[in-house]
Amino acid sequence: MTDLSSSHAWVRTKDAERLPPPPNTTGVVGWLLQNLFNTPLNSVFTIIGVAFIAWIGWGIIEWAIIRGVFSGESRDACVAVPDSGACWPYVAAKFHQFVYGFYPFDQRWRVNICFIVGAIALATMAIPSLPYKKWNALFLLVVYPLMTFVLLTGGNLDFSTSTLLGIVGLLLLSALIVPLLAFGIEEGVQRNRTALLLAGAALLIWLVTLFISMPEINLLGSFVSVSTLAVVALLLAAAIMSLVHEASSRDVSARSALLGWVGACCAVIAVLLVMTVDFGLVAVETQQWGGLLVTMVVAITGIVASLPLGILLALGRRSKMPVVRLFSVVFIEVWRGVPLITVLFMSSIMLPLFLPEGVNFDKLLRALVGTALFSAAYMAETVRGGLQAIPKGQYEAAQALGLSYWRTMSLIVLPQALKIVIPGIVNSFISLFKDTTLVLIIGLFDLLGIVKASFADPKWAAPQTASTGFFVAALMFWVFCFGMSRYSIYMERRLATGHKRRGI
Amino acid sequence: MTAVIDEARPQRVSFFNDPKVRSRAAQIVFALLLLWVGYEIYHNTSANLAKLGKNVDFNFLGNTAGFDIIQRPIEYSRESSYLTAILVGFLNTLIIAILGVICATILGFVIGVMRLSSNWLLAKMAAGYVEIIRNIPLLLQILFWYTAVLKPLPGPKESLSFLGVAFLNNRGFIIPKPIWGDGAGFVGIAFIIGCIAAIAVSRWARQRQERTGEQFHSFWAGLGLIIGLPIVAFLLAGAPVTFEYPELKGFNFAGGTTILPELIALLLALSIYTASFIAEIVRAGIMAVSHGQSEAAHALGLRAQPTLRLVVIPQALRVIIPPLTSQYLNLTKNSSLAVAIAYPDLVAMGGVVMNQSGRAVEIVVIWMIVYLALSLFTSAFMNWYNARVRLVER
Repeated sequence: MTDLSSSHAWVRTKDAERLPPPPNTTGVVGWLLQNLFNTPLNSVFTIIGVAFIAWIGWGIIEWAIIRGVFSGESRDACVAVPDSGACWPYVAAKFHQFVYGFYPFDQRWRVNICFIVGAIALATMAIPSLPYKKWNALFLLVVYPLMTFVLLTGGNLDFSTSTLLGIVGLLLLSALIVPLLAFGIEEGVQRNRTALLLAGAALLIWLVTLFISMPEINLLGSFVSVSTLAVVALLLAAAIMSLVHEASSRDVSARSALLGWVGACCAVIAVLLVMTVDFGLVAVETQQWGGLLVTMVVAITGIVASLPLGILLALGRRSKMPVVRLFSVVFIEVWRGVPLITVLFMSSIMLPLFLPEGVNFDKLLRALVGTALFSAAYMAETVRGGLQAIPKGQYEAAQALGLSYWRTMSLIVLPQALKIVIPGIVNSFISLFKDTTLVLIIGLFDLLGIVKASFADPKWAAPQTASTGFFVAALMFWVFCFGMSRYSIYMERRLATGHKRRGI
Repeated sequence: MTAVIDEARPQRVSFFNDPKVRSRAAQIVFALLLLWVGYEIYHNTSANLAKLGKNVDFNFLGNTAGFDIIQRPIEYSRESSYLTAILVGFLNTLIIAILGVICATILGFVIGVMRLSSNWLLAKMAAGYVEIIRNIPLLLQILFWYTAVLKPLPGPKESLSFLGVAFLNNRGFIIPKPIWGDGAGFVGIAFIIGCIAAIAVSRWARQRQERTGEQFHSFWAGLGLIIGLPIVAFLLAGAPVTFEYPELKGFNFAGGTTILPELIALLLALSIYTASFIAEIVRAGIMAVSHGQSEAAHALGLRAQPTLRLVVIPQALRVIIPPLTSQYLNLTKNSSLAVAIAYPDLVAMGGVVMNQSGRAVEIVVIWMIVYLALSLFTSAFMNWYNARVRLVER
């Protein structure tokens, strides 16, 4: 038996002390060597890059701060300094205009309320962990637009008696559809024959009046033709009959349909009331709006109006009905094929021609119609992407359950599809937000428009005014767009439910 | 027995519940609605136009325009017709679109590849470029370049000089104008021959490779043919070109070719803006080729360069091309923002004609048709290309 310890001179009993990693692979130096100077070519690139960044960065700092003028009352302060940089007093003097345009000074609290309420509602909507999303969405899509409309314009609209009668007539007509929805078309028609006949008679009278003029009588201070009264009276009778029928039924679906109708009517009447009631707000013409306010109004109205339109167009494009599909395809491709600027020109010049005589839109509303239709076409393509991503099995399962087309879409397909396309919708919103600047070409003063207009103010016209103004406008746009794009990326990550491969 | 037969027979679908009937009824109602809206629009428009004492016809296009255009690719003067003016505008749109597409593609590919660079600084710089540029409205960028950069440049007397042959001032960028002498046509012919020869060589090389497996550097040979042949022809013809150099005479430059500041501003803004989108497309396209493809190519013994050329790029292009085409289309449509800085493009010229003749409907129709035709043409091309490079699936 040999002694191991004697045949080997020395046996290690402990681990050797760990050596530090090679100095050029750790710490700042290692990082630099790996990421910036790993090859000679990369070293050259790095040096060029550093020089470039230093050049640009120093240029901006020098222009904005070192050579910048920070105080003064008029252009003289910025002109007096030879070779001066940014003219900041100009921004300070004009900043309120950049935000509110020419909105009357003592009424600006109204704009502020709209901004603040909108920001809070949007923030609570955007943070996924907060509750009451449905109510919040309802607020943002119905209550908030109404509120901003009344606050910004002053409300107090004047509807003519015939317009009001028309709306009442439509509401009454919709009462006739309630039994059809509740019992299906066949049974609904059978149960409600008399009411439908009355409605038919009303329609007939209306058609006749298109060709024969009727005597008019004085009603509440405005003249209404006898035939209109007859139509409304007939519709009223028909609606009451069908509603009484409905209310007397013990059927659950009849009850819920009735409740839905009453709710919708109340909502329409409430909207009308809010728009017509005089809240004592001074009326502010849209010509006086401007700056960030107009940018926001155009962008938000565009997106809110384009979402439902876009969904309908996307559904239409995937519809099995050739007429509907053809219309959707043509509509979408035409709007997507032309530049926004021609759409804006068209809506500002040709829209008044399309409307009956005497109907007049103001410039802002015309621009809004143009942008809404334009972005609806883009929205339709975004939503279509989401619809295509829903597996066919979902449609088939819904059909197997006996759901109708609209139920399939509203309960099964759209909730999934819209969830997928949230990032896409945010991206369309970003591009719409940037595109609002185009309204300056048709003579509206959005943020960029008002900045550009302020260059012409002789009080502040200095060589550096333009650069400073553009710098501020760019910064404002950038903050909004960058924030939204980050949000879109965040939602994309959140919504990715693990089916996607991550990394290479 | 009868009960069984009754059950087997398909139940009569009620008239109201028959899907076919419903679908047809819905379509008829929809079509009627559309017709009604169309009729209303037509009726109102003609009534409104009649009230203004106008009608829609395109004969006014033959009238004398009577205004000058600062950039004229074709013969145009004050005596030319409105139609010529609009045609000039259309050609100017094409000029800016083509130049913009070229510049934006080059810049976009460079930035896109930079974003994937192993150099941390380059990648971050590219990311910063993309994030800054694409979040600032294009119109703002155009106005910035025009109003804040090019307009404040010094006048002709204090021009920035480039080697004494090209000058930059607030009236534009003035470069020497080449004047082709006799025999210059040979250079063009040589160029065309070079192109044809290059195509022929690459075909021959591919056929030979398929037959024998031997490779041939058809790219370099082709490049040599396309560039070399015209140079040889140029030298053989005795260098038949002279340059007319711009010279300061009085208050302005005489001679040379002036590139308008409007064109420069528009080109800069359009290509810088669009490049930020193209960069993202390029990056996404390269990222879309899975790493396994490169690994497989390496396993087959391909080196880095052929892997890139034969495996990665063809697959990346399949992802890149469709969104790239739509960016080209966007650039073309965005070039209509030229109207903001009075570059005489289709929209700007149409606007001038509209103001002079009061023919709003006709001009809007012309705009729509031209842009629609451009985009339909592009998407037709894109569909053809997509069909060509589509993955052949079993």
